Amino acid sequence: MNIVNFTPVPSFIGGILIGISAVALLYFNGKIAGISGITKGTFNFKERDTLWRILFFIGLVIGGLFSTRFFESAISNVDQLQINTKLIIAAVAVGIGTAYGNGCTSGHGICGLARKSKRSVTATLIFMATGFITVFLEKLI
Amino acid sequence: MKYLISLLSGILFAIGLGISGMMNTEKVKGFLDLTGDWDPSLALVMGGALLVTVITYPFIIKKKSPMCETDFSLPTNKEITKEIIIGPALFGIGWGLIGLCPGPAIANLLNGGMAIVIFTGVMIASMVITDKVTN
Repeated sequence: MNIVNFTPVPSFIGGILIGISAVALLYFNGKIAGISGITKGTFNFKERDTLWRILFFIGLVIGGLFSTRFFESAISNVDQLQINTKLIIAAVAVGIGTAYGNGCTSGHGICGLARKSKRSVTATLIFMATGFITVFLEKLI
Repeated sequence: MKYLISLLSGILFAIGLGISGMMNTEKVKGFLDLTGDWDPSLALVMGGALLVTVITYPFIIKKKSPMCETDFSLPTNKEITKEIIIGPALFGIGWGLIGLCPGPAIANLLNGGMAIVIFTGVMIASMVITDKVTN
């Protein structure tokens, strides 16, 4: 193992900002900053109380657009992604997996761990493990 | 007020993702590449976020109610069910294949190219369909 491209300072600062965002959402609105849960609710038109989710979603898109233009460490490489079967399989797996497992990196990994939820600890360990295994296997092929 | 907080929280979350480097799929895949050229940055992103949430959450949850709502909306299920094993296992595979989880996928939506628009669209459609089928 070689350690490469490590950016401890911006990554830690960015993490703190994500934490503050999650704290604000809980302190003011009583909500968990789980991106997959919020997204699921944004596009579930039967559910009531969707406006806050829609606004959070729009905020994510605006913030994402803004940060790559104004912060040096905010590099996006998504314009280089290839449209292929792998991309579609990954999107389906992330979509089904986070909806079925009720959370993703944010809901389970950041908010759930802070609530000391056993379900979130389990979920985080599992998605980290299958993520590591997937990258490992992909290199073998 | 609560709607303004939602919008601002979303913006701040995405700025955090951007500054931390997590909108770059190669940095995420670099973290997951434990046996190769390893980029530990993602661990510090989670560490920074957890530092804030772990310290403050217990105090917030102890309050009778949040500032702008009558109740907290917190998950109540505490059981380890098959959903909490199978769901994250599948999610991790998709995450490892491209290096995108839901937050960075959405925050990157307008950052160029059709691939991210297709990825995010398919991801959201898969979420909504799964939600409809399982509930």
